Amino acid sequence: IGKPRPAVPAEGYLEFFVDCSANATPEFEGRGGEELGTKLSNTLYKVFNNKRSIDLKSLCICAGEHCWVLYVDVLLLQCDGNLYDAISVAIKAALFNTKIPKVHISSDEEGGKEIELSDDPYDCMRLNVENVPCIVTLCKVGHRHVVDATLQEKACSVASLIISVTHKGTITCMRKVGGGSLDPESIFEMTEAGKRVGKALHAPLMKLLEQEESLGKKRQKVGFLG
Amino acid sequence: MAGLELLSDQGYRLDGRKATELRKLQARMGVFTQADGSAYLEQGNTKALAVVYGPHEMRGSRSRTLHDRAVINCQYSMATFSTAERKRRPHGDRKSTEMSLHLKQTFEAAVMTQLYPRSQIDIYVKILQSDGGNYSVCVNAATLAVIDAGIPMRDYVCACTVGFVDETPLADLCYAEENGGVSSLALALLPRGGQIALLQMDARLHQDHLETLIEAAMTACKGVSKVLDEVVRQHLQEASVLTGE
Repeated sequence: IGKPRPAVPAEGYLEFFVDCSANATPEFEGRGGEELGTKLSNTLYKVFNNKRSIDLKSLCICAGEHCWVLYVDVLLLQCDGNLYDAISVAIKAALFNTKIPKVHISSDEEGGKEIELSDDPYDCMRLNVENVPCIVTLCKVGHRHVVDATLQEKACSVASLIISVTHKGTITCMRKVGGGSLDPESIFEMTEAGKRVGKALHAPLMKLLEQEESLGKKRQKVGFLG
Repeated sequence: MAGLELLSDQGYRLDGRKATELRKLQARMGVFTQADGSAYLEQGNTKALAVVYGPHEMRGSRSRTLHDRAVINCQYSMATFSTAERKRRPHGDRKSTEMSLHLKQTFEAAVMTQLYPRSQIDIYVKILQSDGGNYSVCVNAATLAVIDAGIPMRDYVCACTVGFVDETPLADLCYAEENGGVSSLALALLPRGGQIALLQMDARLHQDHLETLIEAAMTACKGVSKVLDEVVRQHLQEASVLTGE
């Protein structure tokens, strides 16, 4: 629970932190992974931290004084290209799974507000992740473009376009990365393809998440040992 | 602390274990394909992931190359979500650097570094969930990862944290016990020869109790080594089935 941002006192916010661990490649040891991590977190801020993706008003407890701050921590264990897509899918799934306890505000003697969190683990608020976008990365290789490029495919590509698409097919954020240059026609082509792919990505993802949710207690936690 | 009895009158601890009982140990080797060796280990609620790269050419400062043996480079880090309160810096703080040095010292004693002169072996350990005994879980996970990488070692390195409460040594402490004012001792052992690779204790303990505590730690480590041996043999069996031998 933290203090809301002064510009928007009636909303909560999200804080992103991407940790590129040394497990991925030895170059990420020590401070090596920080550059990539900050680049990723900044893009994630742009994509996810706005009121159209998540209902930030529901994260507000007491306007101007208290709000929920959601810390989203991403840990990279192995890199084989296409980081943005994988991270966005993981974030969407994690937000779907988030349970925020319900808060009761009561005022005590001196007029200050007391916040009580309900102790019941089932008395919680879930986030609506309908509008959370997913990121699709398209890499331009030669004259064509590729979706979901591996590390080797990325090495052959000139430049790539990162698009975040919602389930309706609306594009919320677009960014071009890479050293090469793209001409406008290819950008239009790539956006159309990205919209199609992004739209097709959301439906199975939500279905899978809901399916896992409905398993409830019977759900088997697989993790690494499976 | 009132009401939290670390050792009840019937001899049960906070999580229902007996004094010399270890937590459930589950491990899996070869979780990552990109790294040379990797292992995931769960001891109770503490989860650690160890990755080994090497032996390879020295990276960074060439001046640190040793002409007759390999340099072991360790990094210990904790995920930001591993503790109950979010940890801001995964690595680079004092505790992580100290742990990294301890791990380096432990593995220099066990790995046969003289077989790889002028090269470097990297061991990276990450704690995904912390519930006490961080150092021991790291050492156990790293042992499996080094074996998975095929780097020869003199013996398994098994570690365990033990504490002393009410004249009884408790094996394999969990977080609540570690922070409950128990004098704890971390021991890394090479089981077959009974040689101690690292011993660390920072609490007050009467000299007479030291011997019992070390004995208890060594027994616990030997128990851990049996489990690790099982895991390695099973992994080898699975791998040989896949290659069709």
